[in-house]
Amino acid sequence: MNSRLASAIAGAALTALCAVAVQAKAPVDPDPEALHTEKLRDLFFGEALFNAHQDKYFDAITELDTELKQFRLLDDPELDPFSLHFGQAEFAVGDLELSYRMHRDAGRAMEQVLKGNVPQPIKNEAAFRLAKIHYHKQQFADALHALELIEGRVPERVRADEQFLRARVYMQLGRFEEAVALLKDLKGEKSLAGFVEYNLGIALLKAGYTEKGVLELDGLGRNAGSDDAMGALQDKTNLLLGFQLMEAKEYERARTYFDRVQLSGPFSNQALLGAGWVEANAGRYDRALVPWQLLAERQPTNSAVQEAMLAVPYAYGKLDVHSTAAVNYGHALDLFGAQVDVLTQSIQSIREGKLLEALRRKEASQVKNWVVELRKLPDAPETHYLLDLMASNDYQEFLRNYQDLNDLLERNKDWLQSLDSFEEIIALRRGYYEPILPGLDVQFRQVDARIKMRLEQRQRLAARIENLLINRRPELLAKSDETESRLILQQIREILAYNPSLNSEETEARVARLEGVLKFQLSREFDERLTEAYKHLQELDIVVATLQETYQRYVRSRQAATHSYEGYADQIASLRGGLNRAQDRIDQLMARQGRMLEQLAINELDQRRSQLESYQIKARFALADSYDRANELQEQRADARKVEQYQQQVEGLKQSEPEESEPAVNPDGEPLPTDNPPELEAPEQEMESASDE
Amino acid sequence: MYRILMAAVLLMLAAVSNAQEASQVSREEIRGLDEQIQDVKKDVISLTSELNRLEEKLLFPSNTQVALFVSLPDSSEFSLESIEIKLDNQIVAHHLYTYREIEALQLGGVQRIHTANVQTGAHPLEVTYFGKSKSGKEYRATASYSVDKAVGPKFVEIQIAGNQSAINFKDW
Repeated sequence: MNSRLASAIAGAALTALCAVAVQAKAPVDPDPEALHTEKLRDLFFGEALFNAHQDKYFDAITELDTELKQFRLLDDPELDPFSLHFGQAEFAVGDLELSYRMHRDAGRAMEQVLKGNVPQPIKNEAAFRLAKIHYHKQQFADALHALELIEGRVPERVRADEQFLRARVYMQLGRFEEAVALLKDLKGEKSLAGFVEYNLGIALLKAGYTEKGVLELDGLGRNAGSDDAMGALQDKTNLLLGFQLMEAKEYERARTYFDRVQLSGPFSNQALLGAGWVEANAGRYDRALVPWQLLAERQPTNSAVQEAMLAVPYAYGKLDVHSTAAVNYGHALDLFGAQVDVLTQSIQSIREGKLLEALRRKEASQVKNWVVELRKLPDAPETHYLLDLMASNDYQEFLRNYQDLNDLLERNKDWLQSLDSFEEIIALRRGYYEPILPGLDVQFRQVDARIKMRLEQRQRLAARIENLLINRRPELLAKSDETESRLILQQIREILAYNPSLNSEETEARVARLEGVLKFQLSREFDERLTEAYKHLQELDIVVATLQETYQRYVRSRQAATHSYEGYADQIASLRGGLNRAQDRIDQLMARQGRMLEQLAINELDQRRSQLESYQIKARFALADSYDRANELQEQRADARKVEQYQQQVEGLKQSEPEESEPAVNPDGEPLPTDNPPELEAPEQEMESASDE
Repeated sequence: MYRILMAAVLLMLAAVSNAQEASQVSREEIRGLDEQIQDVKKDVISLTSELNRLEEKLLFPSNTQVALFVSLPDSSEFSLESIEIKLDNQIVAHHLYTYREIEALQLGGVQRIHTANVQTGAHPLEVTYFGKSKSGKEYRATASYSVDKAVGPKFVEIQIAGNQSAINFKDW
């Protein structure tokens, strides 16, 4: 029976370890190359990278999406610096969508690349990423199909990853021989150190090369590496080997591997349990007690610890120390009873929605391991029971989906509030601008008319100056006194012409001389005056430019004033409608996803409770059996003592001086119980209450 | 008595087991829900993208917008601890960096640290940072720049060359 039990435990543990083994490396890490850029050409691409490198995928995708949309609307996209990152941004969006668990969109994008007329290296990379998506979705045949689309040489930086992925896909499809060949080829790859050896060991075992597999894993189990992750992998390997050999009934060798597992690591409980079973199976119950007793003092929610609570008295029973066995069964029953209560309360707490409430709290994104730490909240479920479940792929996916939905819900709530604020801002702007803009427009039209007139004047002056360069007319550049003198002389000429009696030779000569002086003066200063006029025109141009700039600024401000409150109503209404519809959908999806999470957790807790209840039954039977045996032993000892006393009395009667009888001595050194312990009464009471129920 | 107890427990276990089977979630249901979640994510991304554009248009119109960005070019050996930015002699940003932010900057990310509305013309900008090298040596520097705001939006990159105690500015 021992052997069967040990084999069953080994088999179950082995299945679990092997199933996890192929997932030893996270399948959908964000590809650092997709986000790497030698020289940044666009600030907004850099901003998206800043968010992406902090795992803020939603923000990064939104930013890249906005940039890509704006870029596609440009008339001359090649002039925009984003054009230099365009191709990379499209790939990065796909990659980030994958990290944000939008597999379907990412997959579609990759399939588009594969169908498109693009160079083979890009197709190869897309096929590799598509394979990763399928692998993550546990669609292994599709993953292999995507990998088979790779033609020619794979880029060096993803070569090892591609081969490792292919090997894991082969393993999932049961093609272990091919996986072994690939993994052997990958040995020595630094970036995959440990993982290759582990998977190779598993593949060899599954392919039927048991000794080779054990040998491969043995090397890794001796020295995987110094950091925490490698330490854990080393422990996992040793545990796997221990259970593998226990299943093969090689108990001596199995013990060596269980002993190699660190006593404080995450696999130590399983290792201690296994070590105990190895010894028990070899009939060395006293040695089995060493790891089991150590284990029994650990966290009572752990299944290995709970099993050890039964295993310890079982070993005592086998050692014929039934009273100690009975006491330990009593302890186990106490613990199981308390834990069944904890489990019942936890199930109740989950049904009341406390788990989901805790997952929605802000601490979920701020506190490390919040899913475990939330147990400290009042009335929260005992999450220690959910640790194994939480490590499962489904639960992690559900949890992330639930948290993503909650994040979207909160973001949308903020946006709905922002839309209210936007409307308030728009109303304030409308209230401020609408009364003053008509008055401003009237003033502006007047100023605008004057500006136009002055600009026309300037144009006329400019045209006149241009004309003077061709047709020299000095009188057009005369000063006011010169013009006045010219007009007076012209008037004198007219008077003399009208009244010739006033004219004389002397008068004619004087007028002609004065006209000559004036003409000479104008002609002499014409060039200088023309230059000066040109300079003045240039000065005027500077003032006109300032005027035009102010004019343009006013026009822009005027337009901006209108744009600051006009034309938003429809857009805001449409966005609010979209957000509200999205909120309704998110609410429904959260409820469904939440129910799945709760159901998984309740199922797990229920299963553990059932297991504990079955342990309780076993422990009660075993406790009763131990008491029976202890009583039997006690009665036998009492009989033996009476016989001994009788013999002593007989011998005393034979002798003249009777000797005092010595106190009874327990032959095996165990203190003999003097009366029945209270636990003896317990089963009867419990049975009665159970039958009443 | 033990038989009665056993029978009761077995009945209870059977009931629990049936209840569990009834409440098991099918793969199809999981897949369907996951696809619906992906759809809603896509819709919210699209909505958020439009909302971001609307917010920018409403709050930071291009004729007054100035955005300041921080980057750490070639500074994998340097950890930026904090930065303070003054625009028009007013402190507009003071930021203490988390480990994740430093890492993101070292990997080539660019942080938008401040967006403001200013009028066209020159605006004094003063940047002070504090940081440490891998060996623990402390670096601190202050630099000034003039932001010339024209009609279009203005983007200024503040490049922190930590180990040289230098700050470079780049107009975009």
